[in-house]
Amino acid sequence: MLTFLRRRIVSSALPLLVVVLGVFALARLTGNPASLYLPLNATEQMRADFTEKNGLDNPIWVQMADYFGGVLRLDFGESLRTGESAAAMALRAFPATLQLAGTTMLLAVVLAVIVGSWAALKPNGIADRISSFISMAAASVPDFWLAIMGIWVFAISLGWLPTSGVGGLTAWVLPILTLLLRPFGVLVQIVRGAMVSSLSEPYIKLARSKGASEFRVVTRHALRNAAAPALTVAGDLAVGLVNGAVVVESIFGWPGIGKLMIDSILQRDFAVLQAAVLLTAISIFILNILIDLGYAGLDARVRPNGKRPKSSKAASVAEPKERKVHVQTTP
Amino acid sequence: MTSHTQTATAPRDQLTEGEVVLTVTGLDVDIRTPKGVLRAVNNVSFEARAGRTLALLGESGCGKSMTAKAVAGLLDPVADVTGGTVVLNGTDLAALTPKQRLKYAGPELGIVFQDALTALNPVYTVGTQLGEAFRIHQGLSKKAAKVKAIELMRHVGIPQPESRVDSFPHQFSGGMRQRILIAMAVALGPRLLIADEPTTALDVTVQAQIMKLLRDLRTESHMAVVLITHDLALVAEEADTVAVMYAGNVVETGPVREVFGSPKHPYTRGLLDSVPADVGRGADLKSIAGSPPELHRIPEGCVYQSRCPLVQDVCRAIRPALEPEGTNRTVACHFSASSDTKELDNV
Repeated sequence: MLTFLRRRIVSSALPLLVVVLGVFALARLTGNPASLYLPLNATEQMRADFTEKNGLDNPIWVQMADYFGGVLRLDFGESLRTGESAAAMALRAFPATLQLAGTTMLLAVVLAVIVGSWAALKPNGIADRISSFISMAAASVPDFWLAIMGIWVFAISLGWLPTSGVGGLTAWVLPILTLLLRPFGVLVQIVRGAMVSSLSEPYIKLARSKGASEFRVVTRHALRNAAAPALTVAGDLAVGLVNGAVVVESIFGWPGIGKLMIDSILQRDFAVLQAAVLLTAISIFILNILIDLGYAGLDARVRPNGKRPKSSKAASVAEPKERKVHVQTTP
Repeated sequence: MTSHTQTATAPRDQLTEGEVVLTVTGLDVDIRTPKGVLRAVNNVSFEARAGRTLALLGESGCGKSMTAKAVAGLLDPVADVTGGTVVLNGTDLAALTPKQRLKYAGPELGIVFQDALTALNPVYTVGTQLGEAFRIHQGLSKKAAKVKAIELMRHVGIPQPESRVDSFPHQFSGGMRQRILIAMAVALGPRLLIADEPTTALDVTVQAQIMKLLRDLRTESHMAVVLITHDLALVAEEADTVAVMYAGNVVETGPVREVFGSPKHPYTRGLLDSVPADVGRGADLKSIAGSPPELHRIPEGCVYQSRCPLVQDVCRAIRPALEPEGTNRTVACHFSASSDTKELDNV
C-alpha cells in the first residue's frame, strides 16, 4: 500500500512539472503585465521599473529557475494584483470548486446508477428507450449554452433563481444543473451497458437460485460488478468537471478555482494562475490514486495480495466488521 | 467429508427413500427469437424420487438444460414455460408467481451449475456467498451466516475452512469451486438437487471426487437428484433412472440398467452404439449419421425421422407419444418393439 503510494507520487512528479512549465511559458505569451497594471500614460521608465521589479526582464529560463526555487521552498509567489500570496488565493478558492464539483458528481452518480440500472433490467424496453434518449441528449448539450439558457429562462424570464453568486441554496441550482447533465448522460450509458453485461453473467443465475429477490440480485450482485467500469468513467468525468468549472464558474460568478484561473489569465497575474493550475493538477492526481484504490476496494482480483484491503471506502461500506478480523492475517 | 455437521443439510422432515419428490408433466418451454417462437422443450414428463438419481441424457441443444432451468424457475427472459406442471413435494411450481417461487429456491430446490469456473461472483468472498442463503431464508446475522458457511465448507471437504472462508473465488481451484457451488446448492437441505453438467468443466480425477460428493450428500439427506449430462458413462455409473432427450422431446425413459441393456428407441440405440467399446485400434468410430434438426425446423411427426434407420411413412406423419413399455419404461417410437432387433446393427 505504501509502496503503491510512493510509486504513484514519484511517477506524478514529472507530469506535474510539465504542466507547470507549460502554463508558465504560455502565460507569458499573453503579454507583459506592465501594460495592464500601469496607467495608459505611463512612461517607458515606469514600465521598465515595473518589469524589473517583478523579474520579468530576465530571460524566461531564469524566471523559471527563480520560480521553481521558490516552489521548493513552498513559496509560490505573490499576486500582482493584490500582493497576496498566490498559494493562499488558490487554496481559498479551491473549496468552492470542490463543493460544486463534489455535489454535482455525487448527484450524477446516484441518478445515473438508478436510471442506468432501471434501463438495464429490460434491454430495449420502454424504460431503456426513454433513458437512452434522455442520456444522449444530456451528454451532448454544451455546458455554456445550457448555462446561458438556464439564466435566461429561470433567472431572467421566470425570476425563480438568482443569475449568479453564492447566496443560499437557490444559487446552487443552475451551476449544478449545468455541470450535471454531461456526466449524468455519459454515466447512464456506462452503467446501463455494464449492468446489462453483469446481469447476464452466470453468478446472477446463482444468486437467483438461492432465492435472492430481484432487488438483492441487482443491488448486491450486478451493481457491485458493474461498478468498476463506471468508476473509470466517473473519474474521467470528474476531471472534466474541473474544466467545466472554468466556464460555469465564470458565467455564474462562483468564486472557485476556475473563476480564479480565468481572472488571473485576463489580468496576467502569472503567479496566481500557476498556483491555481498546480493545485488543480495535484487534485487530479490525487483523484486518480483514489480511483485506483477504489478498484481494489471493489474487486479482490486487482489487489496486489488478493486479500481484503486495509482501508477502502467501497469495501468498508459492504462489510465493516469482518474486515478487522482479516487485517491481522494480511501480511 | 471430514466431520459431519448434520444441521447444515438436514431437511426439516426426513424424506423416505423412493418417494416421489418431483413430477414434471407435459412441460413446454418456448423461446422468443427474432425468427419467431421456438419450442425448445416439448411435452416433457419425468419423475424424480428421494434418494435416487434421475439422469436427463442428451446431446447439446436437446433441451435438457432448458428443462432444468424451467424446473428451477431460472429461465432467461426470452424463454417461457407455456405448458405443463412441475410439482415439487405437492406444490405446482409452474403455477407460482416469481415472488412466491423465491421461497422455494434454496430450501426446497438446489441447483448446481455447469460452469464452476465462472458461476461464483468474483467480488465477494466465498463465505459471503455461502452465507447468503441463510441470510435470505433464515434471516441470520452476518456472523451466524459465516459460521454456517464454515460448517458447509467443511462438510463438502474444503480444507481449512476457517481461513478459506474469507478467500475469493479466484483463489480456489476448479474442483474446489465446484465443491463450493454444491455446498451452496445443498445449504438449506433441499428435497431436490438439480446438477447441470456438474463435472463438464473439471479434470477427470476431480470429476470422480465431485460425483462421490454428490452421491454422499444424496445418501445423507435422501434428496432427489436430477443429473443433466451428455456423458453416457456418467449416467451408467451414477443414475438409477434415465430420461433420454432428443430435440426437445423425451424419447425414452426407464431404469438405467434396462434402458442401456436393451434400448427401445433407435436414438438411444444409436447413442449407445457410438460408444467405442470392444473396438480394435484403427477401427472406425460409429456415429449417428446426420445432425439433430434445428429448433425452427423440427418436422411434423417423429422428431428423429431424419436420422432414423427405421423411418416409415407413419413416422413422417404422426409423432409417436411416450407409451409405457413393460412395467417401468416408456418409449416414443412407432417401432419400439422392433428397434431392439438386429436391424440397427447394419446402420
